[in-house]
Amino acid sequence: MYDFTYHKPGSVADAVALLAADPDAKPISGGMTLLPALKHRLNRPTALVDLSGIAELRGVRQEGDALVIGGMTKHYEVATNPLVMASIPALARMAATIGDTQVRNRGTIGGSLANNDPAADYPAAALALRATLITDRRRISADDFFLGMFTTALEADELVVGVSFPIPQKAGYAKLRNPASRYAMAGVFVAKGPGGVGVGVNGAAACSFRQVEMEAALTAAWSVESVAAVKQSPDELNADIHGSAEYRANLVTVMAKRAVADAG
Amino acid sequence: MPQVTLAVNGTSHTVEVEARTLLVEVLRETLRLTGTHVGCDTSQCGACVVHLDGDSVKSCTLLAVQAQGATITTIEGIAAADGTLHPMQEAFREYHALQCGFCTPGMVMSAIDLVEKHPQGLSEQEIREGLEGNICRCTGYHNIVKAIAAAAEVMQGRAGTLASAAE
Ligand SMILES: Cc1cc2nc3c(=O)[nH]c(=O)nc-3n(C[C@H](O)[C@H](O)[C@H](O)COP(=O)(O)OP(=O)(O)OC[C@H]3O[C@@H](n4cnc5c(N)ncnc54)[C@H](O)[C@@H]3O)c2cc1C
Ligand code: FES
Ligand code: FES
Repeated sequence: MYDFTYHKPGSVADAVALLAADPDAKPISGGMTLLPALKHRLNRPTALVDLSGIAELRGVRQEGDALVIGGMTKHYEVATNPLVMASIPALARMAATIGDTQVRNRGTIGGSLANNDPAADYPAAALALRATLITDRRRISADDFFLGMFTTALEADELVVGVSFPIPQKAGYAKLRNPASRYAMAGVFVAKGPGGVGVGVNGAAACSFRQVEMEAALTAAWSVESVAAVKQSPDELNADIHGSAEYRANLVTVMAKRAVADAG
Repeated sequence: MPQVTLAVNGTSHTVEVEARTLLVEVLRETLRLTGTHVGCDTSQCGACVVHLDGDSVKSCTLLAVQAQGATITTIEGIAAADGTLHPMQEAFREYHALQCGFCTPGMVMSAIDLVEKHPQGLSEQEIREGLEGNICRCTGYHNIVKAIAAAAEVMQGRAGTLASAAE
């Protein structure tokens, strides 16, 4: 790992100022993605701006009909938070399957969303639940946030401060884990919420996406049979040593069935 | 150079580090606490697991500066002052839960955190899932799972001794 300067600001404003002053500085939350990347010298930031000392980035609260989760909230905290478990239990259950205990004790929801790994779990949930990303300067709908592989609508000095999830009537998640990396080969998050039915797919393509045919089918009738009848096209799905695009396309339907069953 | 102060196994240490220094490097190379191992250095194997303010973390994926002010417990810090092994260590010995021993410090530290986070007890399935972040190339895990189940009985007061936990 190349060396860098380390900053630990106490407020979002100070963190953004540090990032704005140095285009090669990067924020660090849990470091569960960034530190392995730095070890591989995939990245050479001049400075790291540690967000863990910023109190306003932590915690879970209810705001009207939505649950707002602070960006620095760890996966373990989402998995065990009573408010999340009561209002969006599928999100808590999903968080409990991210990586392993030690990853969940460090990794954060803000870091995961900002990183937008194609196989990460939170992006599918954010899309299906019609979440809104709250940054230091604006609000961005999940639909407008995830732009492509490891690419989001964030500016270089912009921070995910939190994410607002409208509380759904029901939601469920299922994924097939790669037996080695344990990341999703394909995962599907389904939700029936105030903004309509949402189906988010992760792991299957270069970027998580909404499966609109399944959304239409579930809107017409919320049942396992509804999604079972929708065939995902393999066009533009990932094909690699772990599975072909056709295999992943089939997995999307299988995971969607399990996710609907999980939602009840 | 940045300075960090860490309370490691009950003793406060202030050390100079580079920003890029990993916590595991401070533990092993500066403090000479070499019980914490580095198996992969890619955040996957769990040989480097220590407790940071009571939570198990991979010390190969944590900068020392991120741990500023934290309380850290390593494998060297869990036995009693008189050398009596921690119930988890005793159980690993009793149940033959190690062969080469390379994964053992991380396994034991993960296992203690797992038991502490499940005060109501643990099923075999929960133990297996709880070990997701720890890789063992020797034992096949089976005896590790048995050891943790037995240690949990002792740590949580349902059994007085490992021998009675097995009954
Ligand atoms: C062994 C292992 C297994 C894993 N398995 C899974 C899995 O199954 N599913 C899954 O979803 N993830 C998995 N992960 C990834 C894990 O969830 C990471 O914690 C997460 O992707 C990134 O969160 P972080 O807080 O660690 O971010 P960091 O590593 O600190 O940062 C990631 C990136 O986001 C930027 N960033 C961080 N915070 C912010 C912010 N608030 N605003 C703007 N930019 C920010 C950083 O500059 C960096 O580029 C795994 C990781 C490991 C090491
Ligand atoms: S050495 Fe840290 S996880 Fe393998
Ligand atoms: S005992 Fe050898 S790796 Fe576990």
